[in-house]
Amino acid sequence: MTATLERVDVARTAQAKGRSRARARHRLTVLAFMAPAILGFAVFFGYPLVATIGFSFTRYDLINPPEWVGWENYAYMFSDPLFRTAVHNTLWFVVVLTVARVVFALGVASVIARLRTGVGLVRTLCYLPSLAPPVAATLVFFLVMRPNEGPLDAFLGWFGIEGPLWFADPVWAKPGIAAVMLWVSGDLMIIILAAVLDVPPEQYEAAELDGAGPVRRWWHITLPTISPVLVFGVVNSIILALQLFTQAVVAGSAASGSADVTGSTKVLGFPENSTLTFPVWLYTQGFRYFDMGYAAAMATVLFVISFAATALLVQRMRKASHQEES
Amino acid sequence: MTAAVGVRRPFAWRKALDWVAVHSLGLALGLMFTLPIVFVFLTAVMSDSQAFTKDLWPREWHWGNFLEVFEQAPLLKYLGNSMLYSGLATVGMLVSSIPAAYALAKLRWRGRNVVFLLVVGAMMLPPQVVAVPLYDTWSGLGLTGTLWPLIAPYFLFDAFSIFLLRQFILTIPQSYVDAARVDGCSEFQALVRIVVPMARPGIAATALFCFLYTWNDYFGPLLYTSEKPDQWTLSLALSTFKGMHHVQWNLAMAVTLLIMVPAVVLFVFAQRSFVKGITFTGVKG
Repeated sequence: MTATLERVDVARTAQAKGRSRARARHRLTVLAFMAPAILGFAVFFGYPLVATIGFSFTRYDLINPPEWVGWENYAYMFSDPLFRTAVHNTLWFVVVLTVARVVFALGVASVIARLRTGVGLVRTLCYLPSLAPPVAATLVFFLVMRPNEGPLDAFLGWFGIEGPLWFADPVWAKPGIAAVMLWVSGDLMIIILAAVLDVPPEQYEAAELDGAGPVRRWWHITLPTISPVLVFGVVNSIILALQLFTQAVVAGSAASGSADVTGSTKVLGFPENSTLTFPVWLYTQGFRYFDMGYAAAMATVLFVISFAATALLVQRMRKASHQEES
Repeated sequence: MTAAVGVRRPFAWRKALDWVAVHSLGLALGLMFTLPIVFVFLTAVMSDSQAFTKDLWPREWHWGNFLEVFEQAPLLKYLGNSMLYSGLATVGMLVSSIPAAYALAKLRWRGRNVVFLLVVGAMMLPPQVVAVPLYDTWSGLGLTGTLWPLIAPYFLFDAFSIFLLRQFILTIPQSYVDAARVDGCSEFQALVRIVVPMARPGIAATALFCFLYTWNDYFGPLLYTSEKPDQWTLSLALSTFKGMHHVQWNLAMAVTLLIMVPAVVLFVFAQRSFVKGITFTGVKG
C-alpha cells in the first residue's frame, strides 16, 4: 500500500518536473518569437513616446542641449494663432472625412453589391485609385481641378458655371483634399462590400416575403448587420483625418506655384493657411523652425487624441470578440 | 392564382427598371473613378504648349514624353532608392513579423492580450507623434540624410503587418498545429512546415501592403532625406517635379502615371490577395 503510494508520488514529481521543464521551454520559445517585436516596440514606440512627453517640457533645437521650461510650450499653444488654425483645419477634416468617407464608401459598396453583371470590373475600377501614392493622387486632382483649364471647369462650363480657383481658393482647398480622400477610399469600400455580401441571404428572402422593397431591406437588414464594420470605418477615418499630412502639403505647395516643398516654409498651408493641418504645423515647428520642444508638445496633444480614438476601436473589437464567443 | 399572375407582371417591369437603374449607377461610378486617370494620361501625351490649354484631347500624341522625363530628372536614381526602401523593408518585415504573429495567434502565454493591444495601439499612432525623439536619435547616430532610419524598424517591428498576419494565422485550424506538435515538431518547425505554407496568401497580401505603404510613403522620406536629393524616393521627388521645371504639366503627369505602374502591376497579378487582405483588416477585428 505505502509502496504503491510512494511510487505514484515519485511518478508525479517526475511528471511535474517534466511539465515545468516543458513550461520553461515554452516560455523560451515565446520569448524567441517575440524578442524582435518587443525590442522594436520598445525602441521605436515605447521610448519615443516617453521622450516626446519629456521633450514637450523643454526648449530644444537639436544642437544645444534641451533646456527645461515647464509648461511653457503648452501655454504657448493658447497664444499661437496658427495652432488654433491647425486645430480648426484638422477638426474640419475629422468631421467631414468621417461622415463623407463612410457614407460614400457605403453607397458605392451598396451599388456594387446589387450588380448582377460586371461586379468584378466595377469593383476593380473603384479600388484602383486607392493604390496611387498620396502625392500622385493629389496631383491628379490638382490637374482635374485646375482653374479655368481643368476638365472639372470644362464640365461646369456646360452649365454656365464658372469654377472657383479650387486649390488656390481658401474656401475650396479643403473640400478639394477631401475629394482626393474619397477617390482613394477604395479599401474601405472593399471592406464594407465584403460585409454587405456576407449578410445571410435568408434574411433578405424573409423580408421580401413580408413585402419589403429594396430600400427597406437595405435599411432594416443590411445596415444593422454591417454596423460593426461601419464603426471600424468611422474610427479608421478619424485616425486618417488626424494624421492628414501628405495631401495637405502637396496640395498647398502645388497651388502656391512653387512646388518646392523641401526648401521653403511659406508654401505650407497655402492658401491662407487653409491647408495647414495639425501634423503640418507640428512638422513645420519641429523640422523647419527646429523648435523641437513645441513640436513635442503638439505631438503629445495628438497622441492623447488619437489614443482616445484607438481606445474606442479596441473597445469595439473586444465587444465583437465577446459576441463571437457567446 | 389569377391574382398572383396579375401581381407578377408589374413586378417584372419594376425588376427590369431596377436592373437598369443599378447598372447605370454602377457604370457611372466606374467612370467617375477612372476619368481622372484618363485626363492625366491624355495630358501626359500632349505637347508642352498644349498641356497649358483647355484642350482635353491631344492634337498630337507625344509618346516621347514618357522617355523625356528620364532626361529631365534622375528618375532611375529615385527608382533605385524607392526599390531599396520598399524591398528591404518588406524583407525585414517578413523576417520579424511572421514569428511574432504566430506567437500572438497560436501560442498561449501570459500577457498575450496586453501585447496584442500594444500592437493595435502602435498601428493607430500617427507617425508624427514619435517623430521628434526618433529624428533626434537618428541624427545623433549620423544617419539622417539616408533611408536607413526608415528601413531599420521593419527588421524588428511593424505593427500593421503583425496585426494582419495574426488575423490570417488565426484562421488556420488549431488542429493542424496541434497535430504537428503531437508528431514531435518544435514550435519553430510547426511554424515553418505547417503555418507558413498554409498562410501563404495572407503572407503575400501583407508583403504587398508593406511594399506599397513604403513605396507611397511621403512623410518618412521627407523627414529624413529632404536635404539630400540623391536619397530621394519617387514619391518625394514627384512632389518637387513641377517646381524644378516651371510647370511642365505633360511631363509632371507622365511621372505621376509612371509612379503608379508598380502598384497597378502588383494588383493585376495578385488581385485576390489584395481583396482578401483588405477585408481582413476590417471585418475580422
